[in-house]
Amino acid sequence: MAIQSPSIDMNAGAAVAATPASASRGYWQSVRRRLRRDPVTVVCGVILLLIVLSALLAPWLGLADPYKTSMIYRLKPVGTPRFLLGSDELGRDMLARLIYGGRLSLAMGVTPVVCALLIGGTLGITAGFLGGRVNMLIMRIMDVFYAFPSVLLAISLSGAMGAGASNTLLALTLVFIPPICRVSESVTTQVRGFDFVDAAKASGAGTLTVVRVHVLGNVLGPILVYATSLISVATILAAGLSFLGLGVKPPEPEWGLMLSTLRQAIYVDPLLAALPGVMIFVTSLCFNLMSDGLRAAMDVKA
Amino acid sequence: MDTIIRKPGGTPDRGGPAQPLLLATGLRKHFPIPGGILGRATKVVRAVDDLTLSVAKGETLGVVGESGCGKSTVARLLIRLIKPDLGSVVLDGDPVDEPHGITVNELRRQVQMVFQDSYASLNPRLTIVETIAFAPKAHGLPAADAKERSRDLLAKVGLEPNTFAERYPHELSGGQRQRVNIARALALRPRLVILDEAVSALDKSVEAQVLNMLVDLKSELDLTYLFISHDLNVVQYLSDRVMVMYLGKIVEIGKVEAIYGNPQHPYTRALLSARPSMDPRKRTQEAPIQGDPPNPIDPPSGCRFRTRCPFAEDVCAQIEPPLADAGEQAVACHMRVAGSGHSKAARA
Amino acid sequence: MSNLLSVKDLQVTFVTPDRTIHAVNGVSFDVKRGETLGILGESGSGKSVTLRSILKLHPAHRTKWSGSITLEGDEILTMGGRDLANLRGNRVSMIFQEPATAFDPVFTIGQQISETVRRHTGKSDADAMKRAKDLLEMVRIPSPAQRLKAYPHEMSGGMRQRAMIALALSCNPSLLLADEPTTALDATVQIQVLLLIRELQRELDLGVIFVTHDIGVAVEVSDRIGVMYAGKLVELAGVEQMVDTPKHPYSRGLLASTVHDGMRGQRLEAIPGAPPDLGEVPTACSFAPRCKFVEPKCLSAPPPLAPVGDSHLVRCVVAAA
Repeated sequence: MAIQSPSIDMNAGAAVAATPASASRGYWQSVRRRLRRDPVTVVCGVILLLIVLSALLAPWLGLADPYKTSMIYRLKPVGTPRFLLGSDELGRDMLARLIYGGRLSLAMGVTPVVCALLIGGTLGITAGFLGGRVNMLIMRIMDVFYAFPSVLLAISLSGAMGAGASNTLLALTLVFIPPICRVSESVTTQVRGFDFVDAAKASGAGTLTVVRVHVLGNVLGPILVYATSLISVATILAAGLSFLGLGVKPPEPEWGLMLSTLRQAIYVDPLLAALPGVMIFVTSLCFNLMSDGLRAAMDVKA
Repeated sequence: MDTIIRKPGGTPDRGGPAQPLLLATGLRKHFPIPGGILGRATKVVRAVDDLTLSVAKGETLGVVGESGCGKSTVARLLIRLIKPDLGSVVLDGDPVDEPHGITVNELRRQVQMVFQDSYASLNPRLTIVETIAFAPKAHGLPAADAKERSRDLLAKVGLEPNTFAERYPHELSGGQRQRVNIARALALRPRLVILDEAVSALDKSVEAQVLNMLVDLKSELDLTYLFISHDLNVVQYLSDRVMVMYLGKIVEIGKVEAIYGNPQHPYTRALLSARPSMDPRKRTQEAPIQGDPPNPIDPPSGCRFRTRCPFAEDVCAQIEPPLADAGEQAVACHMRVAGSGHSKAARA
Repeated sequence: MSNLLSVKDLQVTFVTPDRTIHAVNGVSFDVKRGETLGILGESGSGKSVTLRSILKLHPAHRTKWSGSITLEGDEILTMGGRDLANLRGNRVSMIFQEPATAFDPVFTIGQQISETVRRHTGKSDADAMKRAKDLLEMVRIPSPAQRLKAYPHEMSGGMRQRAMIALALSCNPSLLLADEPTTALDATVQIQVLLLIRELQRELDLGVIFVTHDIGVAVEVSDRIGVMYAGKLVELAGVEQMVDTPKHPYSRGLLASTVHDGMRGQRLEAIPGAPPDLGEVPTACSFAPRCKFVEPKCLSAPPPLAPVGDSHLVRCVVAAA
């Protein structure tokens, strides 16, 4: 057999020919493609979008004044003319209050997670990438916070700082830093072990460049997915704090607070009393299912 | 900022052909194993112990050994991905990371590494062209120039740039990924390329393509290779000199003809005769040595090979054999040291 | 001698929501008792899929089998439930590349082997443990009585692989399937395990199918070698015929591109290109795009596996002509 030294270029030509000339698909394109085939995630996303949009656009939706009380129309059932979803114990329009309540409730769910993501994520990525003593220091401090159940921690922090939306936000942020930090640390540690990070270091690039180009892109996905799942917890916790009187103060519309003030009405009109709870349930369920779907779609190896 | 890198030839030769390109002296690395309370290390893995080696300009030094022998640690020590506990590295006359020497960053521009191909060797979120352009950009080359160089390198490693540049690693086959890994290592125009099991994960027919390419690139770009592999046949094919390691130590080092033609150390002989025969009429009838390599956490005293060596005697347990000249090669075995006290050694 | 295992026109297709993969496209071979068939192929050639199909190890809901696999006359592909359980372990057993995953880390080697023996034979605890010790002795594990009490992580890679062989042989199977069992081992350990498998095969009169990507390993253990490419056997011959006079261009290329003694300085005869995509059923010779002997007739239809000599089969119209 006389194959005369197949030159490199010839090999390449054959390799090209053998590989189907499929158009290269970017990472996000394949994520989108997988998401499109997951109806649960899409439906959850649409519901969340509706809730968020209606909350944001509440003043322009032609709703009743959510603060206007009426002694005549107290506790009207769902479906009453003028009160599509009934009215609460002070005669305020439930539909308007539920939609306006979404503003505070969502803000209370999203804001602490975003803040915690910034702080906890930075700490976790630092700990994971640097390892050693830095890792030890950061993670042991987080362990101290872990010693308290998150609900208890949130209650005691808001209790100590006093009621009010801003204190609730602060308390919830503190509660969510440790879990986000821990997740960030573990995914970063995992990515740091990959050869491509070593290769980047070996190319003489600075630490910040290596983190920016090679680590962030690979850890942000999983961290964001985890944070999305925390939003549902935050929504419930915020509602819980308001329910206990440690969060938002009346007469602000907020789902947890509404649930609390309507609880006496449960014998009069259970459906009406449950409405804020339904909103909390649907929102947190959607956040949870969506984060699950996102995780599946963003898994590179799948 | 960085002028040398823009010249086509990379860093020029400094010390002349006789000066070793890389000289590592007395390298030692022990990894503590965290255990006990508070993560205090109670045991250490003696990955590399007092290892001295030099790589001449333009040669290929092969490094062979089994798992746990420290060959990959040597690679990472040389490129400073891990810091040695002891020892120094001198690159073409310039000590690395010392007052009058060159910086680690400078070392990494002249010495690059190709990792074993796996899904971990390329960043899944970067396109091929971005991966290759990363190092030149980090060294200050403008983005457009880095991209241009990246495409040139793709062509050089046999991947048509127009087809492959914008692809992601998961869209490539193992052989293509390894070509990208090699292109990435060449992006800074290094003088020494460390190939750590660079063809081990590839299928044989693809391995041959990559080996041919490595040979071509070496002469075309005037490279020096440190080729690390567990595959003795591939090391023999590519290397000018070969270094055999066992449990963090060099047991034998010398010209490839000497090591393969006239192995002196019992371990080298065992390793060579453990290769599967390619001839069905001459199958291996007896395993050259029994047992597995011991754990590097607690290596045997004296000669580390003595627990598996058929010629071990008392002296082997007591004294560590020095790496001594034995004709064409250097061997660390008491049988080759006159007056060592081993019954097979020559009298002093 | 009658055939122990007979595989006829085996086709394996994996169906996933994303795509369909034709992993094995019509593989036929026989294995006799006391014979070792080496299956040589590169990644994606379908060699492991073929092997695993003999135990129906692929998830049934997304795997389609067709053709026939018979063990001593019993059809395997239609087996289910109790028959399949009886087949796995009692009649056919398998050893894998990574022994660490074959053992449960929380039980000792002795417990795991004796448990298997008890389940399949109904022996008492003491008898089963005695049998486990005999098995460890059989696979040449030093001081077997102590090793019975060892946990998997306390053993070295080579010892674990021996223990896995002991586990596989615990119920006296007549056919042993080996899926790259030495690939993860060090060179000096690999040869020990290869010799062990060769000896046990002779002592116990086993049929062995040994899948590997390493020609040297296949030559050391096999009586016959089958070369697989793109889900098909492209050549099947006695080991000496295969090494001396390979007929299929792929086998020839594979042998030529394998680096061995005395090739220093020569240019390697690499096979250009890469294996084909298995998304479609081939309508021509799968190797044609990489073959330097390609002719128009290669592209008209998939070539048959045709005899070219005494029990030497090759799937190539050019070589068979």
